Amino acid sequence: MTLEPKAVSATGIRSLWSWLLAFAAIWLLHFFAVDALDPYFFMILMYSGINIILAVSLNLVNGFTGQFSIGHAGFMSVGGYVAAFLTTSLRDAHPEWMTDSVLSTGIFLLSTWIGGLAACAVGYVVGLPSLRLKGDYLAIVTLGFGEIIRVVLLNIDAVGGARGMPNIPPLTTFGWVYSGVLLTVFMVWRVVTSGGGRELLAVREDEIAAEATGVNSTSAKVRAFVLGSFFAGVAGALFAHYLRYLNPATFDFNRSFEIVIMVVLGGMGSITGSIIAAVFLTGVREALRPLQELTRVDFRMVIYSLMLILLMLTRPRGLFGTRELVDFLPRALRERLLGGKKRSKPEVAT
Amino acid sequence: MMKNAIRNTVGAVLLGAFALSGAACKKAAPPSGSAGDGQGVAQTASGDVIRIGEVGSMTGSEATFGTSTHKGIELAVKQVNAAGGVRGKKIELISLDDQGKPDEAATAATKLITQNGVSAILGEVASSRSMAMAPIAQNHKVIMVSPSSTNPKVTELGDYVFRVCFIDPFQGTVMAKYALDNLKIKKVAILRDVKNDYSVGLANFFAETFKKGGGEIVIDQSYSAGDIDFKSQLTAIRAKAPEGIFVPGYYTEVGLIARQARELGVKVPLMGGDGWDSPKLKEIGGEAMNNSYFSNHYSSEDKSPVVQEFITQFKAAYNEVPDGLSAAGYDAAKILFDAMGRAKSLASNDIREALAATKDYPGVTGKIMIDEKRNAVKSAVVLKVENGEFRYQTTVNP
Repeated sequence: MTLEPKAVSATGIRSLWSWLLAFAAIWLLHFFAVDALDPYFFMILMYSGINIILAVSLNLVNGFTGQFSIGHAGFMSVGGYVAAFLTTSLRDAHPEWMTDSVLSTGIFLLSTWIGGLAACAVGYVVGLPSLRLKGDYLAIVTLGFGEIIRVVLLNIDAVGGARGMPNIPPLTTFGWVYSGVLLTVFMVWRVVTSGGGRELLAVREDEIAAEATGVNSTSAKVRAFVLGSFFAGVAGALFAHYLRYLNPATFDFNRSFEIVIMVVLGGMGSITGSIIAAVFLTGVREALRPLQELTRVDFRMVIYSLMLILLMLTRPRGLFGTRELVDFLPRALRERLLGGKKRSKPEVAT
Repeated sequence: MMKNAIRNTVGAVLLGAFALSGAACKKAAPPSGSAGDGQGVAQTASGDVIRIGEVGSMTGSEATFGTSTHKGIELAVKQVNAAGGVRGKKIELISLDDQGKPDEAATAATKLITQNGVSAILGEVASSRSMAMAPIAQNHKVIMVSPSSTNPKVTELGDYVFRVCFIDPFQGTVMAKYALDNLKIKKVAILRDVKNDYSVGLANFFAETFKKGGGEIVIDQSYSAGDIDFKSQLTAIRAKAPEGIFVPGYYTEVGLIARQARELGVKVPLMGGDGWDSPKLKEIGGEAMNNSYFSNHYSSEDKSPVVQEFITQFKAAYNEVPDGLSAAGYDAAKILFDAMGRAKSLASNDIREALAATKDYPGVTGKIMIDEKRNAVKSAVVLKVENGEFRYQTTVNP
């Protein structure tokens, strides 16, 4: 096992250029290309984006820190409900605010931010006691907390309870979803390549050894967990304002498992893997729809599951293992992208 | 290293193959949707067919609802096509599964509208899915007719969204009135499924009407869909000695609740809504279901020729007696076709106006009128469970 899988720290101003370029490209697409897209593909694209945020943020916990959380949908629902509650109640109080595009965007961003912070807070409350546990126990605790959040939501009448929350203002746009994606990838990338991020990796590789070298493992785990929860909350807010309807049933443990599958399939500890797996798993279900029209029976889930089995048999460490896209690039380009820092990859056999 | 390289290659090839197959499937889809491509008011069907979409829960925990409704819709399409279609055009039904998930329902609806170019969508059964689909149908200005989403909010989401069933307030009211006037009881306990929007809605409206009519809700207990042990709630209910228990859940839990209630010696009648309507209720509840009442869309014992004709045809096609959801699905499709026949043209806007003007339509589930809120105004029937049969009691008019 390698202790430093990425061994490249993206530092310096120069490395920011690639991110800024990507940001500009997203908004260029938003204004000039996306309207021409077929609404159905657009929808798949939006769900893919939201799933990327979820998978990458969960990867921080499950992949990079080596904890096993299966309650991500719970944090997603907190963010979604908090943000949707804010925007709908503001809309009901001041309908004219929503007609102003600048103001409504401001409200949306603020609510998304608050939704993320709320998920963050819940993540902290859940994480602090449970991250002292290890492995299977942590998995069960997070599963339990995910369900608790859902049942609590079922019993809050202000957000519709079991009847769900309809008529959420449609504020999520392509630009914001993919800005969220970029922000998530950027943050997670910078965190895991930073000094603090090394602590996370150390905890994953060997918790006792990490403690022995002075890493506060609980604090490292809680940090990863809270940051992961924040982005899950942001994803929830984007989801709520895109689908325009929230129902606690959407955030059951199946949803959490879907995200875990994306992370495992892409490779625990590979951001690139999570992105590709999220897009792939979102797209493949829709790509199989024509089959249902032909056979009149829904075979989609059978094929979907078979694909997962096949992939796990052939690539047990996921599509990318712990590697990233940049690891496949030619050396010169790689160094350019990452700010010219000398790359020292201690290749360790698996 | 060598081994790694081989593994990488296999992985890359697999990934590529999946991506390609995905792309191929996607490419194959657009031609089928070219008939009515593009969105907006001028969504007309060209050629010799009118495409109709259906979104339903064919799999998942409420699969029988989806399949029952699908059978009703399919029968209606067959009949209309056998009679020469609508305006000389054949109806082509495209059914998609949503696995009982709201986000899947939204995707399925988008696909039907933009890829398959449907003129109208039938569905969903459950209000939670309908509420996710409604904004999409409204945005694309495509008619959506829900066969049995009873939550009042569904049709409030847009003026292209219709339903052909009564709404929760009416169903809750029907049972409350029936309890007061026909069963002559004043003390009722409620046992609601908190996880289920439908159950919560019915319970609230029942309680409201029942209290207004001079009744008393002695205790309000709850359970969650998927529970199998209800003894603690039932013991609490028994302690309050109610004269009836209102259990507006789905058939699986209701059957179990009935059994456990009788085991605990609670003999009072149980009451519920159309979520009871399934042959499975008899299998799960057995004799414990005796002396229970529920409101429903229609009764197979109704002697009116429309109903009997429907039952005969349905039996011939599927070899079973249709349940209420099949009847609702059948009516939804038939009313849509009727409106399409009456409309000035097949443009969405014209169909919408014709649909809104539906009056006294002799449906299987009663005489149907669409009101200004795009809800159906029609009667409900009260059925009594007796030795595994649903016996028709009375018809309650709005």
